[in-house]
Amino acid sequence: MAVEKRVRFKSAWLPWVLLAPQLLVITVFFFWPAGQALVQSLQQQDAFGTSVEWIGLDNFRRLWADESYLASFQTTAVFSILVAGLGLTIALTLAVFADRVIKGAAFYKTLLIWPYAVAPAVAGVLWLFMFAPSIGIVSYALHMMGIEWNSLLNSGDAMTLIVMAAVWKQISYNFLFFLAGLQSIPKSLIEAAAIDGAGPWRRFRTIVFPLLSPVTFFLLVINIVYAFFDTFAIVDAATQGGPGKDTAILVYKVYYDGFKAMDLGGSAAQSVVLMVIVIALTVVQFRYVENKVNY
Amino acid sequence: MKKLHLSAIALTATLALPAQAQTEIQWWHSMTGGLNDWVVDLANGFNASQKDYKIVPTYKGQYDESMTAAIAAFRAGNAPHILQVFEVGTATMMSSKGAIVPAGKVMADAGHKFDPNAYISAVVGYYTAPNGQMLSFPLNSSTTILNYNKDAFKAAGLDPNKPPATWPELALAAAKLKASGHKCPFTTSWQGWTQLESFSTWHNTLFASQNNGFGGTSARLSVNSPLHERHIENLANMSKQGLFVYKGRNNLGDAPFFSGECAMATASSSTYASIKKNAKFDFGIAPLPYYPDVTGAPQNTIIGGASLWTMSGKPAKDYKGVGEFFHYLSNPEVQAKSHQRTGYLPITYAAYKLTDASGFYKNNPGTDVAVNQMIRKTTDKSRGIRLGNFVQIRAIQDEELEQVWSGKKSAKDALDSIVKRGNEQLERFEKANKS
Repeated sequence: MAVEKRVRFKSAWLPWVLLAPQLLVITVFFFWPAGQALVQSLQQQDAFGTSVEWIGLDNFRRLWADESYLASFQTTAVFSILVAGLGLTIALTLAVFADRVIKGAAFYKTLLIWPYAVAPAVAGVLWLFMFAPSIGIVSYALHMMGIEWNSLLNSGDAMTLIVMAAVWKQISYNFLFFLAGLQSIPKSLIEAAAIDGAGPWRRFRTIVFPLLSPVTFFLLVINIVYAFFDTFAIVDAATQGGPGKDTAILVYKVYYDGFKAMDLGGSAAQSVVLMVIVIALTVVQFRYVENKVNY
Repeated sequence: MKKLHLSAIALTATLALPAQAQTEIQWWHSMTGGLNDWVVDLANGFNASQKDYKIVPTYKGQYDESMTAAIAAFRAGNAPHILQVFEVGTATMMSSKGAIVPAGKVMADAGHKFDPNAYISAVVGYYTAPNGQMLSFPLNSSTTILNYNKDAFKAAGLDPNKPPATWPELALAAAKLKASGHKCPFTTSWQGWTQLESFSTWHNTLFASQNNGFGGTSARLSVNSPLHERHIENLANMSKQGLFVYKGRNNLGDAPFFSGECAMATASSSTYASIKKNAKFDFGIAPLPYYPDVTGAPQNTIIGGASLWTMSGKPAKDYKGVGEFFHYLSNPEVQAKSHQRTGYLPITYAAYKLTDASGFYKNNPGTDVAVNQMIRKTTDKSRGIRLGNFVQIRAIQDEELEQVWSGKKSAKDALDSIVKRGNEQLERFEKANKS
């Protein structure tokens, strides 16, 4: 007969007490603001909040009628896929190499983790300084090599600029998790494969990568959320959504309409749309991608 | 011993008394660098002139940031007394009826007669309600002018004392500058403000219906007129030929002029102090160019800059202090000094005359250009442009014009698009502010 080894608490209230601090934090910092966004998305109010009018779904109707808003879905998709894809690939490559380094490992790791401490707005300005047409040192070098770089008027250049800044800032975070994941893979497994004659690439493909999959999956979710929500400061500092609206990702418009243009109702409606998208994406990821994860 | 003790109390009491009786007036502003020093000097000057009130200026970030901060503070019930708001925020402030106290009323309540005729109409008219009441106090007003590099003009074989007066002349000058090896003959800052808004009033042409929004919130944009189209097409052609080089939104076009990279730039007249400080070349200031075949041109340009709004919900005695401060700022000597120091426009005729009499304009050629563009008698079409959701409309102008400079859209498509998208903003503003 199997002996029940797990400790069981019979109390009805103890779990709630233990959960209470976390629930409180989630309620105050997530459910409450999210609820307010839902309420405000149905309202139209002047900047000072002196007059509030219920307008039903008008804010949403206006969004669907706005071509530039619909276009920014595509911009956001391109941006998010590039940021999450490049961010994960580069970080994994760096982590695999850093994992092998024996001398000065701490030095490399410190340098690689550093950019995570940089605020998004600062990251945006930093990259803008290097790539600004006519004053940026990199754009000057490109000009010398005969490549015309103009992020002010060329959409491709502008998108490249914000993707670089956003990826650069997120690589550290990804790197940290990948490195920890790599270090938790038992060396004996890899050695056994090596004895069986598997080369480095094969060992990575058949042993390391599958064992890393929980980390990779976690990072995929985090990176998509990052690309969707945390990147408005980079866009604001580097391109302000231009040229035209070609780098105006959804969250930048939320920020712009709410904080610069004082259109709280419209901004709230957009953040509700954004919330729905991210919830849907997360559900999809958990339902379909998680199946392929080995814990 | 006891006597000494008593006198000590008396001494502390007399020392503490003025501080206790003084009412502090909070003033949030967005002025940095030399302009911040100016704001602090204005406050110090007022504080030294009387004992009852103390103006406390605080820098709260750029214009949009300080406005957001003040709105958040107002909603939380601790707004400042005085808030500096940029001109595009004017319609938003005007429509928030419960949040503000008209500047004219504040001054009248403090016992100072407010004479609208003493103020330069193109400046004060912008901040005046249809019933003639001045709603906010114009602190710093600038307008659109053309800066040009005299050294570059000489090098290109152009007469440095004869700047281009019209757009066709400007294009010819730009071509000569380019031929002499200049990479950036002409650029602009604030493209919407200089090339569409001020351009409209300068040609006595409407930017929007309802007299550019002065007649009410049912105003709609009219920037896709043949004149506007002609100008933007002209600039697009110049851009293709490398005569006009786009340097970015807002004031990003200023730095390339300061550094000498661009030879001509349409910009705010408030760049004067910075150019004087930074430029290592001889520079000149000219009026905004115009099209000579347009009847009524040149009329007058419009203002940019900011004004001081009084926030509601403070004790009556505080408002007396605000009124006294506005009265102090209207003083011709204070005005003239500010005008000469910052390059911002004077707001009273008296300040202008005082500056003229002092020989300032003669000694600093070009400083009178902005004033001359503004002190003309305005028409209904040129009084200014005051639209709801103007912040968004500015952004729409930036977005659409960028499409023209990059060759993605024709001038006509972009202007039609500005009208369409801008009108959506105006319709929404009208709906939100139906009282």
